[in-house]
Amino acid sequence: MSALGALLSRELKLAVRIGGGGAMGLVFFLMLVTIVPFAIGPDLNLLSRIGPAILWIAAALATLLGLDRLFQADAEDGSLDLIMMGEAPLELVVVVKAFAHWLTTGLPLALAAPLFGLLLALPTEALASVTATLLVGTPALTFIGTVGAALTASLRRGGLVLSILVLPLMVPVLIFGVSASNAATGGTIPFLTPFLVLCGLTLFSLVLGAFGAAGALRAGQG
Amino acid sequence: MRVVAADLACERSGRPVFRNLSFTVAGGEGLVLTGRNGAGKSSLLMMLAGQIVPAAGRLAVEDAPAEKTLPELAHYIGHRDALKPSLTPLESLGFWQAMLGHAARAPQEALERLGLGHAGDLPCAYLSAGQRRRLALARLLVSSRPVWLLDEPTAALDAASQRLFDALVDEHLAAGGLAIAATHVPLGFRTATRLAIGGTP
Repeated sequence: MSALGALLSRELKLAVRIGGGGAMGLVFFLMLVTIVPFAIGPDLNLLSRIGPAILWIAAALATLLGLDRLFQADAEDGSLDLIMMGEAPLELVVVVKAFAHWLTTGLPLALAAPLFGLLLALPTEALASVTATLLVGTPALTFIGTVGAALTASLRRGGLVLSILVLPLMVPVLIFGVSASNAATGGTIPFLTPFLVLCGLTLFSLVLGAFGAAGALRAGQG
Repeated sequence: MRVVAADLACERSGRPVFRNLSFTVAGGEGLVLTGRNGAGKSSLLMMLAGQIVPAAGRLAVEDAPAEKTLPELAHYIGHRDALKPSLTPLESLGFWQAMLGHAARAPQEALERLGLGHAGDLPCAYLSAGQRRRLALARLLVSSRPVWLLDEPTAALDAASQRLFDALVDEHLAAGGLAIAATHVPLGFRTATRLAIGGTP
């Protein structure tokens, strides 16, 4: 469908151009990950044990950072009203916008995780498993956040309300993401068990995000 | 096709804006909404564009092609121009053409018609208020939709651009389209009925 293709290319252009904030999530992620070893001290065993958790917390917060502008920017300049008058179904519009957000936020985080993991003294197996879980799990964070972004689309400073609404819903993703990452470096549960639950959570949040956010945007009118 | 409104009422956050508003606009006809500030002209246009739900009454489009709803048949030019500062006019128009469907003129051709042919590759952040407005109006040309909902369409336009805009609307009406415009300045449409929206503030 060419309307959705045009939307995806517009979202990506807006993200990478001046004022788009496409790299904001990645820089925030880097700041969090670099500052943690300084705060915890030079205990490499401790760092490598809590490393996957730190990467996951940083990824969740970095995803939240840019989400408040996902619909708000379009609601402010009137684009959202016109997009809703377009022919593409609103559910698919939401999925495409969230996917574009993930491409510029979640995907770079996952790809940068092996590099940032070195700062946290992660062993090689853990680097691979954290990257895999972030690759599969960050879409879930984005799609859950999309519902909150749609609910706060017309609020001037919606970021705070968005975080409060969305963070509790991100907790299951965080739990299974971290436990899958830890499973690779030892422990009693196999890697695949929490990893498959994480995949399931991502698919569930894709559907929840699409219908929840579209419903919230429609309810926001009038 | 016809746009029919019967006994429409509008409420914004619990306060009544207007009541018992009825009109019919058929293909080839223009309707100009007049009234003082706050009378509900913009609210009526937003209602027609599907952004506000009527508090009472009926709003329908009759003999519509392919059973489409009014928002799917309408162009909406509001106070906000729906332009992104970092996109160029050509990119914006290309996007809206794909998004609104029914491609008509090419973006470059529409820009030239509105006298913006030279500014196609300049980011929208550098456009003046009048140029931004003309770019928003160019949206009417890149995608073919029969109903034009125009909220103060000539705001920020100079005299020459206003005449150009009147010509565009006349062409649209001559081709069987509909136009509903809210305005304070006299618009030069050839065929237009007037509808005064009044009521208590």
